[in-house]
Amino acid sequence: MYRYDAIDKTLVAERVAQFRDQTRRFLAGELSDDEFRHLRLRNGLYLQRHAPMLRVAIPYGLLSSTQLRMLATIARRYDRGYGHFTTRQNIQYNWPKVEDVPDILADLATVEMHAIQTSGNCIRNVTSDHLAGVAANELEDPRPWCEIIRQWSTFHPEFTYLPRKFKIAVTGTPEDRAASLVHDVGVHIVRGPAGELGFEILAGGGLGRTPIIGQVVREFLPREHLLSYLEAILRVYNLEGRRDNLTKARIKILVRSLGIEEFRRRVETEWQQIAKEPLRVQPAELARVSAYFAAPAYRQLADMDPAQGRETAFRAWYRHNTQAHKIPGYRVVYVSLKKPDVAPGDATDAQMDLIADLAERFSFGEIRVTHTQNLVLADVEQARAYELWQALAAAGLATPNIGTLTDMICCPGLDFCSLANAGSIEVAKLINERFDDYDYLYDLGELDVKMSGCMNACGHHHVGHIGILGVDKGGEEWYQITIGGAAGADASLGHVIGPSVPKCEVPETIARLLSVYVERRDAEERFLDTVRRLGIKPFKERVYATSPAA
Amino acid sequence: MPRRLLRDRRIVVDDWHYLDEAAEPHETGLIVPFDRWVAERERFLAGSSRLGVLLEPSQAVEQLAPDLPRLSLVAVRFPSPSDGRGYTQGRLLRERWRFAGELRAMDYVRADQLFFLARCGFNAFQMADQELEGALGAFHTFSAEYQASNDAGLAAHPRHRY
Repeated sequence: MYRYDAIDKTLVAERVAQFRDQTRRFLAGELSDDEFRHLRLRNGLYLQRHAPMLRVAIPYGLLSSTQLRMLATIARRYDRGYGHFTTRQNIQYNWPKVEDVPDILADLATVEMHAIQTSGNCIRNVTSDHLAGVAANELEDPRPWCEIIRQWSTFHPEFTYLPRKFKIAVTGTPEDRAASLVHDVGVHIVRGPAGELGFEILAGGGLGRTPIIGQVVREFLPREHLLSYLEAILRVYNLEGRRDNLTKARIKILVRSLGIEEFRRRVETEWQQIAKEPLRVQPAELARVSAYFAAPAYRQLADMDPAQGRETAFRAWYRHNTQAHKIPGYRVVYVSLKKPDVAPGDATDAQMDLIADLAERFSFGEIRVTHTQNLVLADVEQARAYELWQALAAAGLATPNIGTLTDMICCPGLDFCSLANAGSIEVAKLINERFDDYDYLYDLGELDVKMSGCMNACGHHHVGHIGILGVDKGGEEWYQITIGGAAGADASLGHVIGPSVPKCEVPETIARLLSVYVERRDAEERFLDTVRRLGIKPFKERVYATSPAA
Repeated sequence: MPRRLLRDRRIVVDDWHYLDEAAEPHETGLIVPFDRWVAERERFLAGSSRLGVLLEPSQAVEQLAPDLPRLSLVAVRFPSPSDGRGYTQGRLLRERWRFAGELRAMDYVRADQLFFLARCGFNAFQMADQELEGALGAFHTFSAEYQASNDAGLAAHPRHRY
């Protein structure tokens, strides 16, 4: 993985010093709440319902074991012994003290980490595919490009006070595991007319109050021009994006109001005028960064089946929580952070320490965070999968539910967030209690359930096969259900099935939706495909047939 | 007390006044709002003052571009801590239109913005008098950068990566 050189180290160290001074000035009353707000939001620090929340950047979701141990240490030393992994591959701490944050940032800097670009109206931490480098059908590893974007966007002098936050995702496979179509900009590695590698650039995707799927701005961009093209998009957005209304300030609204053709014309016009030379990604720089992502020292192995003769529990785990690897004899292992009685995406300090140890023993000392709020050990020898499973299972990290109904994406909700209308964690618990039969879950197959506590859609409910949105009705928590959304390469927005339901009826509503699917699915058809084929009508009829509330 | 500001990293007495301000004898430069400039350009050019124009965030730099050779100063308004359009306006003035006169940030300007403003080409900063001394250090907040920059009109430095 990328290692800091003198420039990176200097910048992060000076950032800590800068924020220490800003925090001191705030605590001394020299900066108003509003002024400090703009500064702390450059450092991942929110002031929330119960306590501040600090979001730490995990660039494109990649961690070393040393870094993960530091995240565990911070959870122990400054928080309540756990952290929450987010859909943008970062980690959040829910209970730090404002006056401790400079020290936390200083501790992070010792392991080449920071909280830059995790909040505020700037270019946010770039995200990517958690299978980068190990997926067989990858055109090129997206991580060097992510790192180049990270550096270019860090403290970008022109784009630090954008109309609204700006999120970029980069992928290198036809499958899209980074939800790039619902990002402000999606960068897809593709082949050009002569077979050369370059990028397809999309813009204007996003969720929140106004969910929109991103559209293609440029079908093929020569790779060396990536940064100048991104500057052109950002410059058009910085000047023309709306600043009069926070809910209409994302680039998706600009793209929609101009239309994609006019937006493209403006970006291309700007790009033609930008001095491209200073921003050209030089082959030497690309080679320098790429070298950090060279494949680890894989052993020459043959594929084998470690499940042979093992107990059912291991076989189920191996089938659901591991995935093919491009190198024979290796396997991608998911560490499920979706244990039924735990908030989705949470890990304790002890679990993080253990995973760091296991990463060193089993996977070259690296860990990845997935967009779906799990962790991945990407390079595990198949022959050692059983040993790894035993260690994970003992720590509650082997719930065999990856890709199933209970592998839910979920925002922190009412329990932590000052914006939320709903206790999404509590609903996740109810769903887990109702759907505890793994044979049934496995029979349902791939099913993305995504839940957000409010319109801001941090839980990506719009693009869940089943989406659950918390709404406030006269002080009570109700839930609006959508079906038919998807976040991958075939991204689509879910349709609302009808009136929202009270919290206690969410599990029953889901059960009814699934009963229609089970009855009417074609062989091998996913829930999503059945919804797409039948439309929402039969599902809606079943859910509201005899109102559960009656 | 005469207005002081930061210019080229020094605290100096401002020798410019805005159109709606009464001119002191030492204030030999006149800063005209862009709208008034467009409407009454010839009248201002006929006067004896050095001339500058004040751009609002929504006003397009390219509309001012033809007049830049006749201006010694462009002031850019930053109405709030969150409105970042001026950073783009500054870069366009310096890089695209090669404006070499004083590029001044005004209105909401505090120390925490100076590093970025300077990197976008601003060389003058109109801020509260009591903050001027303390703000001088802000130009050295970071000693390395990832992006090529145009502060002080310099070309890309070898330290810059992009």
